[in-house]
Amino acid sequence: MSEEIIAVLKENVIQGRMTQDDEGIDDSLTGPGVEELTQMALDENIPAKEIIADGLTAGMEIVGDKFNAKEYYIPDMLASAEAVSAAMDILKPLLEDADIKSKGKFAIVTVKGDIHDIGKNIVAILLKGAGYDVEDLGIDVPTEKIVDYVRENKPEYLGLSALLTTTMLVMGEVIEELKTAGLRDTVKVLIGGAAVSDEFAREIGADAYCSDGFQAVKVLDSFQA
Amino acid sequence: MPREGILVNNPYERLNTQQIERIHQASLEILRDPGLICFNEKAADIFAASGADVSAAASGDPPHWLIKIPEFLVLEALENAPKTVTLGARNPDNALVMHGEDPRVYFVSGSETNVWLDVDFQTYTKKSDSTVEIRVPEFIPRRGTVADLCKSAHVCEHLETLDGFIRNVNIQDRDITEENKDVNKFFASLNNTTKHVQAGLTSLNQLDNVVNMARLIAGGEEELIKNPIISFITCLVKSPLQFVDDTTETFIEICRKGLPVVVSSSPQAGSSAPIKEAGILALINAEVLAGITLGQLVNRGTPVIYGSVPVRTRMDTLSDSYGAIETSQYNVDCVQLARFYKIPNYSTSGVCDSKTPGQQSSIERLFSDILVTLSGPQYLHCAYGLLDCNSVFCLLQAVLDDAHFQMMKFFLKPPRIDETEINDVLTQIRKVVQTPQKLFISYIRKVMRTGEISPPYPFEGDGETDDVFALAYDRMNELIAKPVNHIDREITSRIFNEIPGLLPRLNTYAEGR
Repeated sequence: MSEEIIAVLKENVIQGRMTQDDEGIDDSLTGPGVEELTQMALDENIPAKEIIADGLTAGMEIVGDKFNAKEYYIPDMLASAEAVSAAMDILKPLLEDADIKSKGKFAIVTVKGDIHDIGKNIVAILLKGAGYDVEDLGIDVPTEKIVDYVRENKPEYLGLSALLTTTMLVMGEVIEELKTAGLRDTVKVLIGGAAVSDEFAREIGADAYCSDGFQAVKVLDSFQA
Repeated sequence: MPREGILVNNPYERLNTQQIERIHQASLEILRDPGLICFNEKAADIFAASGADVSAAASGDPPHWLIKIPEFLVLEALENAPKTVTLGARNPDNALVMHGEDPRVYFVSGSETNVWLDVDFQTYTKKSDSTVEIRVPEFIPRRGTVADLCKSAHVCEHLETLDGFIRNVNIQDRDITEENKDVNKFFASLNNTTKHVQAGLTSLNQLDNVVNMARLIAGGEEELIKNPIISFITCLVKSPLQFVDDTTETFIEICRKGLPVVVSSSPQAGSSAPIKEAGILALINAEVLAGITLGQLVNRGTPVIYGSVPVRTRMDTLSDSYGAIETSQYNVDCVQLARFYKIPNYSTSGVCDSKTPGQQSSIERLFSDILVTLSGPQYLHCAYGLLDCNSVFCLLQAVLDDAHFQMMKFFLKPPRIDETEINDVLTQIRKVVQTPQKLFISYIRKVMRTGEISPPYPFEGDGETDDVFALAYDRMNELIAKPVNHIDREITSRIFNEIPGLLPRLNTYAEGR
């Protein structure tokens, strides 16, 4: 029974079905989605570690393979990541007892003056699906609020997003303010958005530039090593 | 079931009702005065016997006649000409059914080019950095052969958007003569595509052989009439207003056999026709109407297609300029005129002045392809692979053309806005605005796989370099490697036994081939 639930859970991750109402990619899969199956697995006393390793992570690995093989597109990847992230929310209270550590706390924000958030939201979904504890601080967020957040919550990673050439300069201000507050060494700062580049990241003293969400996952994973 | 083609809703029109009526009247007036000069005696006799004013020229070598066609003959012919013409195919699912009033477009290849453009890729290394290399296509022209025509017909069979095959290579092998050219070009085409095959006839005395071959493939004389797997193009009227002797003779014989035929006229605005739009339209329309009238006098009810290939003159060389904007205007106008008569229209687009594939070729062909398609001709000779004003054919260009016709077909899909659709999207919008990310991405996934979302340009490279030619070349070779659906062994054997003049090397089943 438990093996069967985990197998169906994995298949639902591959199909990106978060709940029973989701259609997935084709009509072959119906019934409970990742959220319901995760709860069912817990009800069957399947350990959280097993749910994550054999269901969620195993499913995401196949999704990654399909994406690399150009069989899956970004929307497929996002749907699966979103489903995994919903499952992680259910499992979160059990993770500490199960001795499963998050890959780290990642705060993401669109800087002051900019309201664009499609890219930011996609990065958040992908990182959450990849096992990071993601906190989305929103859009048009004042620099002092970002600095306060870092001081109080001590995230390991901070992602700054900006679309506009006018607001990209705010990213540099955030880094300067973190330095002034003595917090710069406590957090790795990643930047992304249409207007910025690797060169700009170096100019303002960011730790990395990420061209998209997939690169963000790769960069953060490289920090883990 | 015939091929679907693409139905153009609300076709684009340049002329208003009064302008069409005025052109129509002007054409009728031209047919009465000055009338046409006719170099074919049989046609002169047919017109004379039907009540036209025919007078032999007092002096003239070769002999010719002046024919003044009264309005009633033209109107009767327009009444008698079929309003629906079917072009059959070896595979009946590839038949084309064209209704003169219905702006449903079929995309077809053409025309007969002398030059075949081979493609080879050369690799160049950057002088300042030897690690940087680029691949650049080299286009090598040579005379077209029957093997090229076979290859072209085969690839065109697999081009998704191409509905019919007008032979596009002039076969110039050493063993091809005027006496065996027609049977070989029709056989090479029919043996390599199951789509409709159309061509002009080089020699009238080959007509019977070509038709007998088609009857063998179609299954008999009646079967060929029901499923005309071949049809013909004839330019019987040379602009301005001259019935040419041999093509008029050919046209008369084709009409007698009751096979579909395009009455094609190709005046050149500025040289063989007035440069003014009103002038070339009145003239080309008069010429096509003269041909249609002759066809109906020969064989009432014989299927004819209104063939319009108007073109503007190049000011620098006085040759054709298919890339000129006016050429598209004239073609769109003629689509309207044919629709006014409810007779299916053969129109032209995509022919370009450019000599090789590239930016000029893309711009010229796309401009006319889009505009003329939107006007809704039934049978659009849209020049797959043609370059240099119809004189060069390049298979790589044909593959590139297929990609842009796929875009056009997608664009012309009818909009889907109904109660179910609206209710679905309202539900989506309500759900998504409640989520933290506010993204509609999860709803893309299913439609992504049902063909509702247009695919990316198929020849887009991964990096920043332009890989279009290289990727299209790979696609071309994939298509060449696909299996060929040849005529079966028994029919092939009968064709080679009964039809004279076929080159033995074209026999797919010959030993040692």
